[in-house]
Amino acid sequence: MKTMTLTVDPEGIALAAIDVPGRPMNVLTPEFNDDLAALLQRLADDAAIRGLILTSGKPGAFIAGADIKDMVKRFDAGISAAEGAAMSQALSRLLRKLETCGKPVACAINGTALGGGFEVALACHYRVLAQDASVGLPEVGIGLLPAGGGTQRLPRLIGIEKAGPILLGGQPLKAAEALKLGLVHAVAPAKELLAAARAWLLGAPEASQPWDRKDYRIPGGAGPAASHAARSFTMGTAVTAQNTQRNLPAPLAILSCLYEGTQLPMDTALKVESKYFGQLLAGPVARNLMRTLFINKNAADKLARRPDGIPPTTVKTLGILGAGMMGGGIAHVSAAAGIEVVLLDSSLELAQKGKHHSAGLLAQLLERGKITQDRADAQLARIRPSTDYADLAACELVIEAVFESRKVKAEVTATAAAAIPATAVFASNTSTLPITGLAQTFRRPADFIGLHFFSPVEKMPLVEVIMGRDTAPATLARALDYVAQIRKTPIVVNDSPGFYTSRVFGSYFQEGLLLLEEGVAPALIENAARMAGMPAGPLAVSDEVSLELQLKVIEQNLADGQAPTPQLPQVLKVLRSMARERQRCGRKAGGGFYDYAAEGKRLWPGLAQMFPLAASQPEADEVKRRLLHIQALETARCVEAGVVADPADADLGSILGLGFPAWTGGTLSYIDTIGLPAFVAQCEELARRHGPRFQPSAWLRARAAKGERFHPPLATAA
Amino acid sequence: MAEAFIYDHVRTPRGKGRPDGALHEITPVQLATQTLAAIRDRNQLDTRLLDDVIFGTAMPFGEQGSNLGRTAAVNADYAQEVPGLQLNRFCASGLEAVNLAAAQVAGGFIDAAVAGGVESMSRLPMVIDGPWVADPQVSWKTYYAPQGISADLIATLDGYSRTDVDAYAVQSQTRAAAAWERGYFDQSVFPVRDIIGEVVLARDEHIRPGTTVEALATLKPSFAQMGEKGGFDAVAMQRYPRVERINHVHTGGNSSGIVDGCAAVLVGGAGFGKSTGLKARARVRAYASIGSEPTIMLTGPAACARKALKRAGMEPKDIDLWEINEAFASVVLRFQRDLELSPEAVNINGGAIAMGHPLSATGAMILGTVLDELERRKLNTALITLCAAIGMATATIIERV
Repeated sequence: MKTMTLTVDPEGIALAAIDVPGRPMNVLTPEFNDDLAALLQRLADDAAIRGLILTSGKPGAFIAGADIKDMVKRFDAGISAAEGAAMSQALSRLLRKLETCGKPVACAINGTALGGGFEVALACHYRVLAQDASVGLPEVGIGLLPAGGGTQRLPRLIGIEKAGPILLGGQPLKAAEALKLGLVHAVAPAKELLAAARAWLLGAPEASQPWDRKDYRIPGGAGPAASHAARSFTMGTAVTAQNTQRNLPAPLAILSCLYEGTQLPMDTALKVESKYFGQLLAGPVARNLMRTLFINKNAADKLARRPDGIPPTTVKTLGILGAGMMGGGIAHVSAAAGIEVVLLDSSLELAQKGKHHSAGLLAQLLERGKITQDRADAQLARIRPSTDYADLAACELVIEAVFESRKVKAEVTATAAAAIPATAVFASNTSTLPITGLAQTFRRPADFIGLHFFSPVEKMPLVEVIMGRDTAPATLARALDYVAQIRKTPIVVNDSPGFYTSRVFGSYFQEGLLLLEEGVAPALIENAARMAGMPAGPLAVSDEVSLELQLKVIEQNLADGQAPTPQLPQVLKVLRSMARERQRCGRKAGGGFYDYAAEGKRLWPGLAQMFPLAASQPEADEVKRRLLHIQALETARCVEAGVVADPADADLGSILGLGFPAWTGGTLSYIDTIGLPAFVAQCEELARRHGPRFQPSAWLRARAAKGERFHPPLATAA
Repeated sequence: MAEAFIYDHVRTPRGKGRPDGALHEITPVQLATQTLAAIRDRNQLDTRLLDDVIFGTAMPFGEQGSNLGRTAAVNADYAQEVPGLQLNRFCASGLEAVNLAAAQVAGGFIDAAVAGGVESMSRLPMVIDGPWVADPQVSWKTYYAPQGISADLIATLDGYSRTDVDAYAVQSQTRAAAAWERGYFDQSVFPVRDIIGEVVLARDEHIRPGTTVEALATLKPSFAQMGEKGGFDAVAMQRYPRVERINHVHTGGNSSGIVDGCAAVLVGGAGFGKSTGLKARARVRAYASIGSEPTIMLTGPAACARKALKRAGMEPKDIDLWEINEAFASVVLRFQRDLELSPEAVNINGGAIAMGHPLSATGAMILGTVLDELERRKLNTALITLCAAIGMATATIIERV
């Protein structure tokens, strides 16, 4: 056996310790399946063995689940639903054999058991869990379902009503909670697990699962007549339709496994579960989620884009220029990562305000019990408000976060440059102004870089790292080290007005304004955006950002000599008529496209007069397509212009920074999912109907003609 | 083709569909048994002349399960040769039973049948336990939302305010009270008796004469919480994405009442009249059932009425009186608006908002109500229609003989 070792003690208790070679964590591999089969055969054949303890040979970790890369490879190789179902059945049948083998099996869960790992545990007759470990079935998060019997054993163990939130939420459960819910039989300190498992086995336990015993019934009942059916299934389905906007197939498949499977005998139920799994694995959404949010996000977090050969660095002291919303937020997350922060502004009062922002956030964490008073105090103490540039003398990194004016930025940059160490990296948190130009106001342009944070900083996981023309690789490496230090996900892009994310964001809200200007019902625009999976409609987002600010950015770009996009005049007309003629500048100004009343926001009725409804209204699908395609097309333009070099950066940036729907895998995965030739044809059709902003470039058409994808299949890439 | 005639109809009074309702102690089969006995006895009917007892139930399980038509016929001492049939077109079941009987008579396959429906809502929970609501694949695909959400969606799309729907509810109460006052229901309602023969209910129990718009305005919307927390508003908006939010205007006061009740209609051909000496009161001119969009669910009656009118070669102006089941106030308002009807010709003796809606029994009840009114007013034609779950509707056009 390659993935586990087996020992049998004199009393006939066998101990199988799983240790998948070459992996930091145990994952379920075909070799593991083979070994498990061999183990079960030995159990059956060897009369001297009276019971089995299953545990992990890797301390602190039981089994982390399936091999996600392997599943993406299978999708990219064109796996069918039937093949996916067969893959699930292979494990399912083994685990079924395990629980019906006739000899008692105890599972000593000596560390985190997730997904398939916890499913192995669920197939054992007794589970004792290390008190500092957690268990869970997080498959829903990667667009799949627990296909090793998880959707069947969990409801049979604790009832459908309790199983539903665990399967649909995917959150891991700590030991105490797992015990309370009945997911495990006992909790013990890690070093006492084997003894506990052994004691149970020596007590002549019943070697069967509750659901294989006579007169077993699902706790709380199953089927349409169960008293909880209206809650579990009817409302469960409606709430799922609301939460997923019907874009994610996994939660519905899980509900169906719960509904259908619990009315069936175990073996048939497991088949149904496998078929729903096969359907998910063969669909693009699971692949998109796994590739972008698991594989590529992990790679980005591990700084895949960091240049080689530069020694790792740490920021001990960070300088921040400007203590507004962004500066205060950056100070907060940096202090949380143990960094000393000098927070500079023009007056001490303003600088203090930035620190108060962090204090407020800490107070919320304290209230929710997420942090101790001592830690909060220490964290806050690391933020030092100041008006004196001399305080920046110890900084390894300085981030400029003053407002978007070249003049102001140039002034503070020059002043800071004189005060900071000659080795310090200087970063600008601009969201729109080109980095190359800003770098000219700094005496060492090679050490100048863009670090574009998103608001609110403490919640948004992304930092867009922008390379200026002169930015040195070492500067990039040091900036990325800092992003990792504050536990955010970086993407790396090249300089251009608006870089990557602001350009794509601009295309989204502008398409919303153009829809409005055409006479599409405002509620339809907003609903269609949410139905597409965007967190908020373009009109709501415009209100949040402020229409006045959007107007200023566009006017600044035009003043900078940027060529206007084809429909910019209509966009400007909408913005000017709202912001300047009606003084409806957005939420902070008291109202924009929406009215903001205490009982909630409503679309402003005045829109009906300003933008009369067109006689013929588009289908929601058409509006959805326009709102997503325009963002994907803008991303393709960024690739063409060399702003984005790595498709993974484009995908991650769009999902984590802009809220582009996760089911798509990001803007470029979205194009690949549709297929580039079909996407180009659809854009051409949209261009005919709605204007040249949808016209795909010759470059993109050529790529389509050659059948190129933005993401090559994982199997060949690896 | 032969003609199908309506010879008579009876109904129970409607009891509150709650544990303190007067009919709560009466089983559904007993309600049906007494109703079958009533229509037989008042017509001195030799039940051997019947070819079927067709009964609808919208909740066909438990005490209303299996085949209530046959069970009640045997229990009511009908001739053992008379078979029974159970059908379900949800709220339109009672009317559908009449239509099925009429079709068989007109087609020459049977001579006569008793058709109707029974629903004991106090004894059977109003849950539809079938796959439409319980199976996640099905409720997902059909964008299932409960009827109250559908009714509120109609109000939202059509712009009916809370006052509009409450005003309609007051009209229903006023008309129903007046009709009872004047004895308009006396000839069709028979008293329901208990085990020892005592009368437990002789008049509709749910009705609230004197209701005002002001009083109704104090009631809380019934479906707001379910819509918001249960995800159903979102589902309805996914189907109707031009709606910014659902305006929850329906309450217990402007929706149909939950009640117990049963009704039966005697349907037969011309030959049946000759052999029994009974006089036909109306002919069934046409009927129709349709399906429509299931999420809004309750807007089928207008299209269904048009389909029936077309079959009869008639126009809306050819109909003297209309009965549209008052499932919810917005259902009636939408129907009146679609067909451009005068409120003075619609539900003139009140409806289910005032007197209650015993699901499958209602169709047979309101057919009887409007037939009595045609005779009273010496008018000729009426159209009866009900919306039904999953977007269905059924309509019947009758004409006095």
